[in-house]
Amino acid sequence: MASKRFGKPDAGPIQVRGEVLAVRRSGDYYVLVFAAPGVAEATAPGNFVAIAVGGQPTAMLLRRCFSIHRVDTAGALGGTVEIVVDAHGPGTKWLVERAVGDPIDVIAPLGRPFSLPKDPVPCVLVGGGYGSAPLFMLADRLRERGCRVDLVLGAATESRLFGVVDGRRRASSLTITTDDGSLGTKGRVTDVLDRLLDDHGGQVIYGCGPMGMLAGLAKVAQERGIVSQCAVEEAMACGVGVCMTCVLPVIGSDGVTRMTRSCTDGPVFFGDQVRWDSVGTVPSDCLGAPVSATGGAQR
Amino acid sequence: MSNVVDMRANLASVTLPSPVLTASGCAAAGRELDKFFDVTAIGAVVTKSIMVQPRSGRPTPRMAETPAGMLNSIGLQGPGIEEFISKDLRWLRERGARTVVSIAGGSVNEFAELANRLRHEEGIAALEVNISCPNVESRGQVFACDPRAASSVIHAVRRHTGAQTPIFAKLSPDVTDIADIAQACVSAGADGLSMINTTLGMVINTDTMRPALAGITGGLSGPAIRPMAVRCVWQVRKALPDVPILGMGGIANGLDALQFILAGANAVSVGTATFNDPSAPWRIHNELAAALADRGFRSLADAVGHAHREEGVNL
Ligand SMILES: Cc1cc2nc3c(=O)[nH]c(=O)nc-3n(C[C@H](O)[C@H](O)[C@H](O)COP(=O)(O)OP(=O)(O)OC[C@H]3O[C@@H](n4cnc5c(N)ncnc54)[C@H](O)[C@@H]3O)c2cc1C
Ligand SMILES: Cc1cc2nc3c(=O)[nH]c(=O)nc-3n(C[C@H](O)[C@H](O)[C@H](O)COP(=O)(O)O)c2cc1C
Ligand code: FES
Repeated sequence: MASKRFGKPDAGPIQVRGEVLAVRRSGDYYVLVFAAPGVAEATAPGNFVAIAVGGQPTAMLLRRCFSIHRVDTAGALGGTVEIVVDAHGPGTKWLVERAVGDPIDVIAPLGRPFSLPKDPVPCVLVGGGYGSAPLFMLADRLRERGCRVDLVLGAATESRLFGVVDGRRRASSLTITTDDGSLGTKGRVTDVLDRLLDDHGGQVIYGCGPMGMLAGLAKVAQERGIVSQCAVEEAMACGVGVCMTCVLPVIGSDGVTRMTRSCTDGPVFFGDQVRWDSVGTVPSDCLGAPVSATGGAQR
Repeated sequence: MSNVVDMRANLASVTLPSPVLTASGCAAAGRELDKFFDVTAIGAVVTKSIMVQPRSGRPTPRMAETPAGMLNSIGLQGPGIEEFISKDLRWLRERGARTVVSIAGGSVNEFAELANRLRHEEGIAALEVNISCPNVESRGQVFACDPRAASSVIHAVRRHTGAQTPIFAKLSPDVTDIADIAQACVSAGADGLSMINTTLGMVINTDTMRPALAGITGGLSGPAIRPMAVRCVWQVRKALPDVPILGMGGIANGLDALQFILAGANAVSVGTATFNDPSAPWRIHNELAAALADRGFRSLADAVGHAHREEGVNL
């Protein structure tokens, strides 16, 4: 069982000027490696970074958030960080066009990381698309504790999988699913989950990827009475807990549902805490939900 | 001449050591930003508008980035006044931060209740009254857009607030004549004016071909609205030469802040810029001090409204 509801106490993020060390392709994604003094040491699996984009002055005001994929504290430049970027909009495109040596403004480590089980129980790690990015660091931590780690990577198609080669080396087993069958089992990650859990007795499911996938993992875990921890991705304006844009309905330890910030109270939540069916709405039993139609309008 | 500028800011009966404050809703209650800069060093923390009851706010998506700005429709999410007092206000007091408490209500009575509840709380430098919210008793008409509604709110808050605590009315730019509303608030007992709140905007997502925000419309903030905000400060300063003004809207650096001061603001709030740079309020304090020194000002107060001087009159 997970030992605590949450991971290590929040050491606090720092804002640093980083330097791009490498940008390389990996399938449809880019891996961005940068030096960021002080970040690597403080990072736990599941933490994320918020990076300013567009240079100064820019019309893009808001930072872009990325899971931390890998850190290296031994680097000559005082610690390096790697992220996986799906370059689809203007901010992410700007980021992957950086040249080696370019400065980037980074705030990290942010958010509550995955918590690790006290005992060496078998764990299943599930990543959807670039959502697998934080799972390799997590796999290393779990294996250091003697946990068996079964890894599942899923995506729409082969080029949208991330970390297949790495996964083979760092997990006890690797299962791949693609929607179109271009690699591995044709279908969804949830289609292979039951067999893996039956075969290896997994006690914790860790997931990162699209909301629908996370909801599916949480359901499987609940049905089996095991723990799930899911890293969610909500649009964030500040990433540090001051704006209230990144909320989703989460059940607190007092049983009350609140619109909860995913940047500071997440991005990792226990699967049974999140009201998956209500994400994108305010459930009527949520604390402070509008009581009437007229009470709802405000800005 | 010394290049150390006296940065003290006068906002009605309070004097702040710095003219840079946070903006309501962009700093929560200060605690998160304290990791990035010393929140006791800035003028004051302006807290997220608080209501009587806990409030869930709107569904997501609550924000959309726009050119040099963003839209938000948070819907005044908050824990309600009791938890605010026992947790947030207490933290601010223990931390030693000057605090401006922003209050919001759906009716005149709700504003009065909030003022009454805060009346005997210690550690409140001023109240900011967010009248840019809909009046549930008047088909959702925004208080700040109607001089009579605005003035009833301010009147009620003034009546329930001790004389030692200044109250600032926070104005919306979405009106025909902002000086009119400003005058109504001052006549009703406002000691000062905060401006501007966000301006109403909308973005349509061209993939889903639906509004980008769950709330459909949202408040536009950031550098995109700065010229509008400077204009509002200018007009109100002209109409009301002696009323303290807390200016805001798109301030991202010291020169932006200086524009507001020169237009007539006595102090400024920094909002959206904090999302890009969490230490923006303190950085902007330092940049503003340097910009004033460069221009030969010995004190911030000397620069307030300086852009209104008559042609040919210089330092
Ligand atoms: C905790 C967290 C971890 C993430 N990890 C990764 C990762 O490892 N790799 C990766 O490629 N992407 C990741 N994302 C998503 C990534 O932040 C967005 O894809 C990116 O911000 C989009 O920026 P853009 O300029 O390309 O797109 P635009 O659509 O132009 O972005 C406009 C605005 O919307 C916000 N936004 C848009 N889409 C998203 C989204 N899906 N999630 C959050 N904010 C969004 C942006 O921050 C920006 O403010 C993560 C998001 C979060 C919240
Ligand atoms: C996310 C967000 C939340 C806000 N919440 C409030 C609020 O609760 N009360 C209020 O009076 N103004 C609120 N505002 C408005 C700001 O205080 C400020 O008036 C406006 O954003 C203009 O300043 P800026 O461009 O520096 O952000 C909010 C603004 C943003 C961006
Ligand atoms: S992104 Fe601002 S509170 Fe979470």
